[in-house]
Amino acid sequence: MSESSSNRNLQVFLNGIWKENPVFVQVLGMCPTLAVTNSVRNAIAMGISTMFVLVMSSMLVAMVRKVVPKQVRIATYILIISTFVTIVDYLIKAVSIPVYKALGPFIALIVVNCIILGRAEAFASKNTVYRSVLDAVGMGVGFCIALLCLGGVRELLGSGSFLGVPIFGPYFEPWVIFLLPSGGFFTLGAWLLVFSLLKERKARRAAQEQSA
Amino acid sequence: MSETSVQAGSLPKAPGSLSMIVVMTAVATACGLLIVTAFQATKNAIEHNVATITQESVLEILPDATRQIPFGVDKSGAVVREPAADADVSKIYAGYDESGALAGIAIEGSGQGWNELKILYAYAPDRQCIFGFKVLECRETPGVGDKIATQEEFLANFKELDATLDPGTRAPEHPIVTVKHGTKKDKWEIDAISGATISSKAVGRILQDSTTRLLPAITGHLDEIRKAGAE
Repeated sequence: MSESSSNRNLQVFLNGIWKENPVFVQVLGMCPTLAVTNSVRNAIAMGISTMFVLVMSSMLVAMVRKVVPKQVRIATYILIISTFVTIVDYLIKAVSIPVYKALGPFIALIVVNCIILGRAEAFASKNTVYRSVLDAVGMGVGFCIALLCLGGVRELLGSGSFLGVPIFGPYFEPWVIFLLPSGGFFTLGAWLLVFSLLKERKARRAAQEQSA
Repeated sequence: MSETSVQAGSLPKAPGSLSMIVVMTAVATACGLLIVTAFQATKNAIEHNVATITQESVLEILPDATRQIPFGVDKSGAVVREPAADADVSKIYAGYDESGALAGIAIEGSGQGWNELKILYAYAPDRQCIFGFKVLECRETPGVGDKIATQEEFLANFKELDATLDPGTRAPEHPIVTVKHGTKKDKWEIDAISGATISSKAVGRILQDSTTRLLPAITGHLDEIRKAGAE
């Protein structure tokens, strides 16, 4: 594999983590992002589940891309995605019932997460299996990071703990609002603001360098 | 677009219906096989996890119990001790305290709200009432229907919910029923959650069906169940 091809593949992987982060840049998959990030444990479980579905469905979509007629491609993608969502449903139930209960209907709702269908249609249906998997892993990691960012802040402020371990001691009065849906919006808004500021600063620096 | 580009033969030929059907069938078959494989592979682990959670839940809603013995009520109303996992019975769990006395009976029930709902409730044969309630499986709307599992006001309905049986017919004297929020008057009524009426009504329906069907059988075999605790 040539160096430029390796760089391109690395770029495909990194795109999902930073430049095209599904939550902070593309603002996709808001339903699970806001709903199940009231604790780090739930955020990790949802992130890994979505990443599994994303990677497996991207791989399968890339494999069948040449044989699936255009007219039935979306139906085929949905079929593939819902298969892996069903598998994830069984797997979570087999691993931990409390996590299964905490994620509740949001496991089944992974099927309508637009990140997954979006990557199948925009990337996996036009690229090789290898590149599609790289893209899906990148997007999945980006999604996990975003959920962790939200889950971390919300659990820290809403419960005073991280992964169930108390951080601030007994005198901390938890800000319960961060565990409620409104807390999800506040936290997401704050993170989007941080990303916008970083983006703006980068653009300003680039403009300054150009003018210099 | 130039005239030549739209001449017959220059456009890509649309695939026939047959090829679409073949592709969709092949993909659906492969997906079906994947799901069945995953189901078979995880079946034992899921059953084990569900059994563990159920046992914990039984001891949680029967606070005086230190151990439990599972029973099953079959369609004829016969009570079977420790039924097989795949037996076609309604599952009940008798809880016993340290002295071996019956501390209550936990009964499983299921029905349909917006989605399938599975509950466990505690029945006290001596007081003829339901004194505990827990949702085992709930896929109701998050933040709305799922309040049936968490809202304290709703759960307070099940602290002393009347399930008295008629001494003659052994049928419930008053079928359990869910009423509109704020209109509960009688001990056998469940005060619904405002905004989650469908899920609240589903709980009432499950309890009504379950108590009507199972309580006569349970009270008819109460001596058997009590004796099991002394063994």
